[in-house]
Amino acid sequence: MKNRASVIGGLAAILFSFFVFVIPFLFIILMSFKDRQQASLRDFSWPNGFHLWDNLVAVVSTRNWMMVTAFVNSTIMTVTSVTLLIVFAAMVGFVLARRNSRWNGPIEFLILAGLMIPPAVVPTIWLLQGLKLFGTLHGMILIQVAYNLPFSIILYRAFIVTIPRELDEAAVIDGARPLDVFFRIILPLLWPVTVTNIVVQSVGIFNDFTNPLYYLPGNQNATVQLTLYNFQSQFNTSYNLLFTNILLITIPPLIVFLFFNRQIVAGMTAGAVKG
Amino acid sequence: MSVATATEATIGHGPVRAGKRETAYPGWFLLPAAVIYAVLFLLPTISSLYFSLTRWTLFDATFIGFENFAQFFREPFLVKGLVNTVIYAVVTSSMKVVLGMALALLLTSRIVARGYLRSVVFFPVLVSTIGVGITFTVLMHPTNGMINEGLALLGVKGPGWLTNPNLALFSVALVDVWKGVGLATVIYIAGLVAIPKDYYEAARIDGATPWQNFWFVTLPLSRPATATVITLSFIGGLRTFDLIWAMTKGGPGFASDTIASVIYKQYQAGFFGLSTAGNVVLFILIAILVVPLTMLLNRKRGHE
Amino acid sequence: MNTWKTLVGLTAGLMAMTGMVGIAMAQTSLTLFSPNDQAAVAYTEEMVAAFEAANPDISVEIEVGPGGTERDNMVKSRLATGTMNDVFVYNTGSLFQAINPIQTTTDLSAEPYMATILDSFKQTVTATDGTLHGVPYGQAMGGGILYNKKIYEELGLSVPTTWDEFMANNAKIKEAGKAPVIQTFGDTWTSQLFVLADYFNVQAAEPDFATKYTANEAKYAGNPAAMGGFQKQADVFNAGDLNEDFGAAVLDDGLRMLAQGEGAHYPMLTFAVGTIAQNYPDLVSDVGYFALPGNDAAKNGTTVWMPTALYISASSPNQEAAKKLVAFVASKQGGCDPWVKINAITGPFLIQGCELPADVPPAVADLQTYFTADGRTAPALEFLSPVKGPNLENITVEVGSGIRTPEDAAALYDEDVKKQAQQLGLPGW
Repeated sequence: MKNRASVIGGLAAILFSFFVFVIPFLFIILMSFKDRQQASLRDFSWPNGFHLWDNLVAVVSTRNWMMVTAFVNSTIMTVTSVTLLIVFAAMVGFVLARRNSRWNGPIEFLILAGLMIPPAVVPTIWLLQGLKLFGTLHGMILIQVAYNLPFSIILYRAFIVTIPRELDEAAVIDGARPLDVFFRIILPLLWPVTVTNIVVQSVGIFNDFTNPLYYLPGNQNATVQLTLYNFQSQFNTSYNLLFTNILLITIPPLIVFLFFNRQIVAGMTAGAVKG
Repeated sequence: MSVATATEATIGHGPVRAGKRETAYPGWFLLPAAVIYAVLFLLPTISSLYFSLTRWTLFDATFIGFENFAQFFREPFLVKGLVNTVIYAVVTSSMKVVLGMALALLLTSRIVARGYLRSVVFFPVLVSTIGVGITFTVLMHPTNGMINEGLALLGVKGPGWLTNPNLALFSVALVDVWKGVGLATVIYIAGLVAIPKDYYEAARIDGATPWQNFWFVTLPLSRPATATVITLSFIGGLRTFDLIWAMTKGGPGFASDTIASVIYKQYQAGFFGLSTAGNVVLFILIAILVVPLTMLLNRKRGHE
Repeated sequence: MNTWKTLVGLTAGLMAMTGMVGIAMAQTSLTLFSPNDQAAVAYTEEMVAAFEAANPDISVEIEVGPGGTERDNMVKSRLATGTMNDVFVYNTGSLFQAINPIQTTTDLSAEPYMATILDSFKQTVTATDGTLHGVPYGQAMGGGILYNKKIYEELGLSVPTTWDEFMANNAKIKEAGKAPVIQTFGDTWTSQLFVLADYFNVQAAEPDFATKYTANEAKYAGNPAAMGGFQKQADVFNAGDLNEDFGAAVLDDGLRMLAQGEGAHYPMLTFAVGTIAQNYPDLVSDVGYFALPGNDAAKNGTTVWMPTALYISASSPNQEAAKKLVAFVASKQGGCDPWVKINAITGPFLIQGCELPADVPPAVADLQTYFTADGRTAPALEFLSPVKGPNLENITVEVGSGIRTPEDAAALYDEDVKKQAQQLGLPGW
């Protein structure tokens, strides 16, 4: 009896999820198969022919293969800044969770402020220029780290509280130095919440649209979200290419997702919830 | 335990004196993050406070005192924008709580195709906001959008999702929930999985109905998850910009303007001082709403 | 410790990769910041190819950025921070004044080619100290009504010269089951045409409106002539003359409906004829143009838009090469021939010695007739006064959707432009 109920419930859920979650993606895929004239109607119809390959070629080769540059840039930006974020945020979270100093209050205020205050664009540009970092990937990476630190620190801090203090104290008594304690003992234990961080932050940074627009001008610096501008202007839009582009830039997050799918829930269990 | 705390407190106050055992938690661990954050985020933010008191063309700035703040509050649509912002944040975060909890219950039950369902629900979280915005703008087209064509098959005449001024804000909020409910669900799943089985066992022995099970065991014990979902989605809702901009640009007219979109419009128009003042106002609004909320959520947690 | 080293190594390696950009060039390399609409990109590519062929020692890299208000933002941030490309394309008229051109762009007043550029254009790139800063990057455009000539033939209609005639035509078109007026508020900027294109009629009634407006002596609210545009937009909405999906349709939809005869009138700029020619080459001959009618048939004429301009960034280290490129764009080979070659003719050229080809689309030929007669053109207000409110397009969407009355809208717009005038530091505000 229970089994049948779960099968019926499951089928209903599958049907529902198909309409709500799958059809929008089918729509994107269908659009990317169409030619320009048909796509401009923007309806849910079967493509009049197989134009996916033409569209892909057009999207990838537009503006001197800008898409390729964009993928390289976005990958470097995402991987580097997520790496730095994880190490730095975990270090902060570790110290914050373990030490009760009078600085904890102000630090927590700064972290909350970082979550809440929208960044000031023009002063930041001046500053980056002063540091000779404007329009460079280095600068962009550091900006991403600065803007996303608060969220990562919050996740790490909550998780580290659940790791028994005896572990690191024992290591110190054995004569281990702080860096060794952190990298050899603590960081590996943080893996579940690190996965959460990797997934959420890499997707956020890869999909970031506004910050590269301001801090990373220039063709050689294009990131993937900016490629959407190639096909959507205020005067005309090539919907077939626009949706092919959306399809293409959804692939990297999809890979991250498939890779970490099973561990996402585990990381959340430990990280975000027990704090 | 109290001894340990006392030792830490002393370490926290000053440099470690020679002869004492080395701490495993050196203060310089904070340095890399602190430097990057202070230089690239705090410094520009603080300097922007000055510009909020000026008429600023980017090329030069004239000091005009609090005139920008006065002007910002005179903006004809600011009040509407304020109300919209709060409505948007409340609607999206409460829908994410309710739907996230419901989906999590469903997806932790013994349902078929659980893996598929979890993946499908979570996947929109990963797609670019701009991409989602473009797609749903097309799907919500009043006459040949897929949603209204689907409704027409059922004999219902669909509304102008994004063109009806009374509906536009809610339509965008709906898409926000569509995109964000996966994250809420995962947080809840994690929370539900963490509830020790003993509680349900005890409830079963007491003869609790499924409803009582939910009301007296699941709901209170998943409060930490609720706190996380509310905090993240509420702050996110108050700051929301990308999706609204991609879908309605605050329109039709000014119907779906939020504070963030009003600020952005001032910035676009070249009123840089005014938009900086707007940023300050937004920050104060968020602080006024969020700080008490987090305190409330945390206090309740303390009683558990 | 190993993990630490690996992490440091990995990070350092990735950071190093990001630094490997910038190989030394033997020749001068310019970057050009172009808008992203199809015609502009096609022209830019064509023009740059011709320029590079003529100047083998200079290479030009095209960077395509967003258009519209997002472009305003980027151009201002880049100029203010000295990070603008060597040469860039940007609006003329009121938006040109807002980029602080005397400081941020190179003075081109002494260049010999300025003598060959028409005065009507030059006044839109003249800074407050009288210096000239840009050359035309395109052709003049008309702003009025694009209409479907087939529908007019079938229903036996004639081109209206007064608003009442226009509304009468609309009634007949509606009876025939077509949408009389196409509106596309999915692209909000298209909603402003009724107000902006009505400026010829405003000027006909009040010749000194622009000067008074700049000096804060004339307003829209309470001024029937100035409010005409808002009123007309409300008229067509109240008469139920719009296409069903006016709230969500975008420019592309509007052009399709017009070309395929689903709708009869589309208030638009004539640059759109180029898009129709590309998307529906067989149908472009069905599309004609007439000025937005006023109340007096004796005073009938069209409002004219100037094209965007090419400027040199004052912070560019490559002034010499940049000036060569700008000179090329100001010449017939660089400024006119490429447009003819890519078949994107939307109005008269602004460089002397450039002729329109004989086979221009009918809408462009219609526009040309206004230029050949005296006193039948007026520049749009944004080229006569630096005062233009940023929220006009949102206000006109409201008027065109029946959310706000014309009176309310005019008052609200007067309030909106005040901030702009104060920001520019104009006297009298």
